[in-house]
Amino acid sequence: MIGDWLDIGPVSQISPGNARTLPVRGGEEIAVFHTLDNRFFALVNRCPHKAGPLSQGIVHGDVVTCPLHAWNISLKTGKALGDDDGCVPTIPLRVDAGRIYLLREAVLGGGTPPAKVA
Amino acid sequence: MNAPVSFPSSGSGQAQLERLVVIGNGMAGCRAVEEVLARDPARYAVTIFGAEPRVNYNRIMLSPVLAGEKTFEDIVINGPEWYEDNGITLVSGDPVVAIDRAGQTVVTRSGRTEAYDRLLIATGSDPFIIPVPGHDLPGVVTFRDLDDVDRMLAAAENGGSAVVIGGGLLGLEAAHGLALRGMQVTVVHLMPTLMERQLDEAAGYLLKSELERRGQTIVTGGDTAEILGTDGHVTGVKLKDGREFPADIVVMAVGIRPATTLARAAGLEVERGIVVDDHMVTSDPAIMAVGECVQHRGTCYGLVAPLWDMCRSLADHAVGSPSGYAGSVTSTKLKVSGIDLFSAGDFSGGDGAEDIVMRDAARGIYKRVIVKDDRLVGAVLYGDTADGAWYFDLLKKGEDVSSIREALIFGQAFAAGGAGGGALANPNAAVAALSDDAEICGCNGVSKGKVVATIQQGACSLDAVRSQCKASASCGSCTGLVESLLALTLGDEVQSGPKSLCKCTSFTHDDVRRLILEKDLKAIPQVMQELHWTTPHGCASCRPALNYYLLCAWPGEYEDEQHSRFVNERMHANIQKDGTYSVVPRMWGGLTNPTELRAIADVVEKYNAPMVKVTGGQRLDIFGIKKEDLPAVWADLNAAGMVSGHAYGKSLRTVKTCVGSEWCRFGTQDSTGLGVKIERMTWGSWMPHKFKIAVSGCPRNCAEATIKDFGVVCVDSGYELHVGGNGGIKVRATDLLCKVETEDEAMEVCSAFIQLYREQAHYLERTAPWIERVGLESVKSALFDQPETVATLAARFRHSQQFMQSDPWAERAAGRDAELHQHMAEVRPFPTNVQQMEFAK
Repeated sequence: MIGDWLDIGPVSQISPGNARTLPVRGGEEIAVFHTLDNRFFALVNRCPHKAGPLSQGIVHGDVVTCPLHAWNISLKTGKALGDDDGCVPTIPLRVDAGRIYLLREAVLGGGTPPAKVA
Repeated sequence: MNAPVSFPSSGSGQAQLERLVVIGNGMAGCRAVEEVLARDPARYAVTIFGAEPRVNYNRIMLSPVLAGEKTFEDIVINGPEWYEDNGITLVSGDPVVAIDRAGQTVVTRSGRTEAYDRLLIATGSDPFIIPVPGHDLPGVVTFRDLDDVDRMLAAAENGGSAVVIGGGLLGLEAAHGLALRGMQVTVVHLMPTLMERQLDEAAGYLLKSELERRGQTIVTGGDTAEILGTDGHVTGVKLKDGREFPADIVVMAVGIRPATTLARAAGLEVERGIVVDDHMVTSDPAIMAVGECVQHRGTCYGLVAPLWDMCRSLADHAVGSPSGYAGSVTSTKLKVSGIDLFSAGDFSGGDGAEDIVMRDAARGIYKRVIVKDDRLVGAVLYGDTADGAWYFDLLKKGEDVSSIREALIFGQAFAAGGAGGGALANPNAAVAALSDDAEICGCNGVSKGKVVATIQQGACSLDAVRSQCKASASCGSCTGLVESLLALTLGDEVQSGPKSLCKCTSFTHDDVRRLILEKDLKAIPQVMQELHWTTPHGCASCRPALNYYLLCAWPGEYEDEQHSRFVNERMHANIQKDGTYSVVPRMWGGLTNPTELRAIADVVEKYNAPMVKVTGGQRLDIFGIKKEDLPAVWADLNAAGMVSGHAYGKSLRTVKTCVGSEWCRFGTQDSTGLGVKIERMTWGSWMPHKFKIAVSGCPRNCAEATIKDFGVVCVDSGYELHVGGNGGIKVRATDLLCKVETEDEAMEVCSAFIQLYREQAHYLERTAPWIERVGLESVKSALFDQPETVATLAARFRHSQQFMQSDPWAERAAGRDAELHQHMAEVRPFPTNVQQMEFAK
């Protein structure tokens, strides 16, 4: 099973309320978030509105406010909240024994499982 | 009892019985056997192997044993007679070391072989040891079994200090026990919130405050680097940030891992735990597993309640009438006397989930329930857990709570009356049912009758009630009650008061600022608790506002929360539409020199900045810098003597100047020199919004001083000081504040005006709307009515500036907050579909 999940390091490297980035060669950069109640989420680092880097937004609850135009994006679903309409792909994430794992195929497939698994 | 003990079975005719062998004499193994016996006592010949040399006891009650509230005898579940009476063979102190699935036997350490028809693995979990240097020193213990408790008690006999690594449930219970036994206890927790898996930030903050009040030292965000020792015994713990804490004993309570070694060696399917189906059967149909060692539907449990559910379905299956286990919803209570804390379910929220929060600061209560699709899905209670069982029951049953939604947070007494459609479902109705002499406001001793009379006499808003009878005017915890009374008395005629700071609170900006000072509030979670925030962690509006208000109220004391700042202030640069940043170094009064210009030119070339632009504030803006390169850019600029221009901040931006009397044939005073002095005095100051200053050397006003927040226009006889100008969306020319004769006076008034603005304006309110809101006369009167006010305000500003005037760029260039700039790793896919990770540092 480990082969399906990419170990991206210990939870301690993201402080609560912050996010860090994970560039993917040939793919979309990923933002990994640590919320104030100690949950972890990963999204493609691109606001559905004007492609703002969500990793740089303020995190409150399980929502991030985009730094460019203050769209609120659900970290859980990737959907824009309120009156705004749009969606950013999410990356399945799990935490085990203090380390963060991302679903490999979602990392490589830009958040959506690739049509064909090589 | 170190030798293996066995209770020979007294049963007869065993040869016909199926042989059930149980590995693990703990809570899960024995409970499973109890459940099987209760269904069919004659079906199996049971043999139980236990690693510990003792009978079956209640492991979760070790905390009260450590605390001296119970003895070992109190927590024994099944004594020797239970094994004897039920014909069970107990082999204790001789653990099973291998399973032979083909031969259907198990082998113990002493070489004993036992055949089985059915095998039950109940090996539980092992404490996780963080592999830091010194982790194997004598004096480092875990908190898992009675031997650990004995070791802790032995250490506590000599008093001294203990460090508990891990601020989860187990760690805090160990710390509590050791503190009661007279030790000086420090808890080191990696995460910023205690018990972060069960508690949110608010409840974790209250818990931390209470434990500190009891004398424990709680270090959150503490990453253990090393366990120190001399002469082969532990002496202390050292953290990665260099702090050291003395310790005569170190308790490692950082978590548990399912004990799967045996199962894995036997070739059973194992992921995080031993994989079982809904009947607790492993990948081998003859082998079952139960308890903390298993993984069911992807979940591993570390609490006791799921274990009971698992044992029931296991027993149903074992006697041939399978029922199936569908997973458990868990709840947590901390067994620390005097601290009431309860948590259950999922507080991760998500789409459609709604938080209901109630805080009562006077009684130290925080309650939060999470409702989704009309069902209760989670609850966190601190200070008053009386309704924990009721919430947990609603949660497990998945009952529709829409009919009691309004009163849910008030608990069963209010809401249950409404479950059947009763009147109390509506909080207004609950308030209506109160008698006239019931006290509404405890702070000011105001009864319901008095509040209602005040409303009937014309107080139509919360503010009017507050000012006329003082109800809810102090701590605000009765605000909800007063609002209910307004609604009950006036119906639709209630007038809404001034706008609250944000949707998380009913307090206005002014209320919050006043109460921060009055109640001595010094941290964001404390403000949220004491002022009854209705959300657990605030929102993107209130967090930056509170961060600023606290920073302004407690200079030098308040610790700035980076994650509560907008991106530009967190990154000390201006984010652009493509996610890169622009960098503006400070050019004092708009002056520069060849060294600075060369450094800027070098940076532009070295980091391939696509554009450099002269700004309206007389400096140079370097565009297109990547967040990873920012610290290096700043280091280069620092080397040429330049510091942050704060072009990104709610803070002093620029001081624009004209050339003044030194060069200009019209100049009346040294406006350039004064501009530089003012910028040196005011740079680095955080403000409610951005703040621009200009100094013009004559009334021709080339520096455009009359559209700045603070503008100086030099004249022959002195200096005209102007305020409240704005060149933005809504252009506003300044108002003349006053005229002074000397530079020193101009600078003193400038400081005082800035400090008044810092202390009075709402967050994100520039000077122009602030002055229009309060009136120029009010500003003048606040500054000049009393002769000493200007000096007092200016002194407060200078005090605050002591802590503000360190270059944030230099700190970052030196490595501070490096994680904000570096990627955490990079994924590099190879054509073979093998991925490599490149870790930063």
